[in-house]
Amino acid sequence: MGRAMDPLLRVEDIHKRYGTEEVLRGVSFHLDRGQTKVVIGPSGTGKSTLLRCINRLTEPDRGQVWLEDVEVTAPRVKINEIRSQIGFVFQDFNLFTHLTALDNVRLGLVKVKRLGKKEATARAMEELTRVGLKDKANAYPAHLSGGQQQRVSIARALAMDPKLILFDEPTSALDPELIGEVLNVMAQLAEEGMTMIVVTHEMGFARSVADEIVFMEHGVIVEQGPPEKLFRSPEVARTGEFLRKISELYGAEG
Amino acid sequence: MEATIANLVEVTRYLPMLLRASWINIQLLLALLVVGFIVGTAVALLQVYGGRFVGIVAFVYEWVFRSIPALVLLFLFYYGPAQFGLYISSFLAATLALGFRSSAYQSQVFRGAIQSVSPGQMLAARSLGMGRARAVISIVLPQAFRLSIPGWSNEFASVVKDTTLAYAVGLNEIMRSARIIVDRRYDLAMLALLVVALIFLVFTYAGNGLLGVVERRVRIPGLMAAEPGGTRREHG
Ligand SMILES: Nc1ncnc2c1ncn2[C@@H]1O[C@H](COP(=O)(O)OP(=O)(O)O)[C@@H](O)[C@H]1O
Ligand SMILES: [Mg+2]
Repeated sequence: MGRAMDPLLRVEDIHKRYGTEEVLRGVSFHLDRGQTKVVIGPSGTGKSTLLRCINRLTEPDRGQVWLEDVEVTAPRVKINEIRSQIGFVFQDFNLFTHLTALDNVRLGLVKVKRLGKKEATARAMEELTRVGLKDKANAYPAHLSGGQQQRVSIARALAMDPKLILFDEPTSALDPELIGEVLNVMAQLAEEGMTMIVVTHEMGFARSVADEIVFMEHGVIVEQGPPEKLFRSPEVARTGEFLRKISELYGAEG
Repeated sequence: MEATIANLVEVTRYLPMLLRASWINIQLLLALLVVGFIVGTAVALLQVYGGRFVGIVAFVYEWVFRSIPALVLLFLFYYGPAQFGLYISSFLAATLALGFRSSAYQSQVFRGAIQSVSPGQMLAARSLGMGRARAVISIVLPQAFRLSIPGWSNEFASVVKDTTLAYAVGLNEIMRSARIIVDRRYDLAMLALLVVALIFLVFTYAGNGLLGVVERRVRIPGLMAAEPGGTRREHG
């Protein structure tokens, strides 16, 4: 277990129900180190729920999640420690409103990783520089554009030195002209070897960055495979239908 | 009871005594605010984050201390312990009675503020690996306290005046001093009470000014109370 050949993340048969609504009905997949998976699917299909089940921001009803050789879903696992190893980027950024960009990035380092202030500051500045926002270190979220806020939130995730990052529609709340700057940062991360799961409708990004696309509908994975395969010759008719629709809506060029 | 020049001069003789007594009101005010702040914060946290049972207990606490008249609370806290051979000073009794009462109002202000912090803030903190308590302390409360300032200022204005009620349990505060003057010189009654009124105008003005300064100093762009939250009291 935990050897370089094993998948970084294994999701096995995840189920989740809200009241009578079965939101996830047995979802399984593996993710290798350095891989980027893009998850697509109609709204209300359980994509966000799936991402949240991975770090147990939402408790799955059934099934297992393994991060390397640690079972995330085990009852007595140190969940906070595991969460600190899994970055999460939210659709509406969720930057800490009362903290500057720098403090947003630094907080996890100080409070969770227990780094000294100097070291944490250096590390945080490094990550802000990486997302192109060194000069905004002292700005409060309210003074940043949506695209800048999302880049800060990516820096906040990166600073924790995560094993993988989960992105839940990171550009859906952005004005169209701000989407590019965020996707560029994400593409750069993928290139540098970060392991990522990205829920997005940006088909241009999916085509050029994803190693695999996962198409979900009604709480199950309908089909998954390399982008070219899914775009050119999907095995399930519904996959092709959805991809055509979504590409028309969002543009395949990205 | 004429407001003659002579009476005006007379009453200034009592001014040092009134001012000295008003220092007791300030001490009581600070003490009860501290009790109210600490207990009020705890009650609000239990209401929002406590389980069902704890939440209900916290709501009952709030309801009890908001429903009982302040004077009744004062007597309960002063004479109550004495029944069990526990004699406490009138200052301590007043601090506890008015402090717990204030905590019930402050908890309402804080609860509203905590609930108005976006749930995404907690989610983001948890996703970094912070425990719930850590997230509440580092993320939720710093925002909630800022959002609480307008509502808290209302509460402050109420309890400033409440401190005069401690007169009823024999605390040597300003109303008791005024009463002593009135007993001695009935003709000075109105002037003496006007002085007391003036002192409270100054207190309230200074307090609001101070809170205004605090609010400006801790203000953060994009983090503002939607409206003056909290509750107005029916009377002081
Ligand atoms: N906390 C919740 N309580 C109740 N229902 C929820 C909750 N979160 C999500 N749902 C429901 O689960 C379904 C899937 O939601 P979600 O995972 O957000 O889908 P997606 O991200 O694919 O749009 C939706 O019908 C949504 O209403
Ligand atoms: Mg979603």
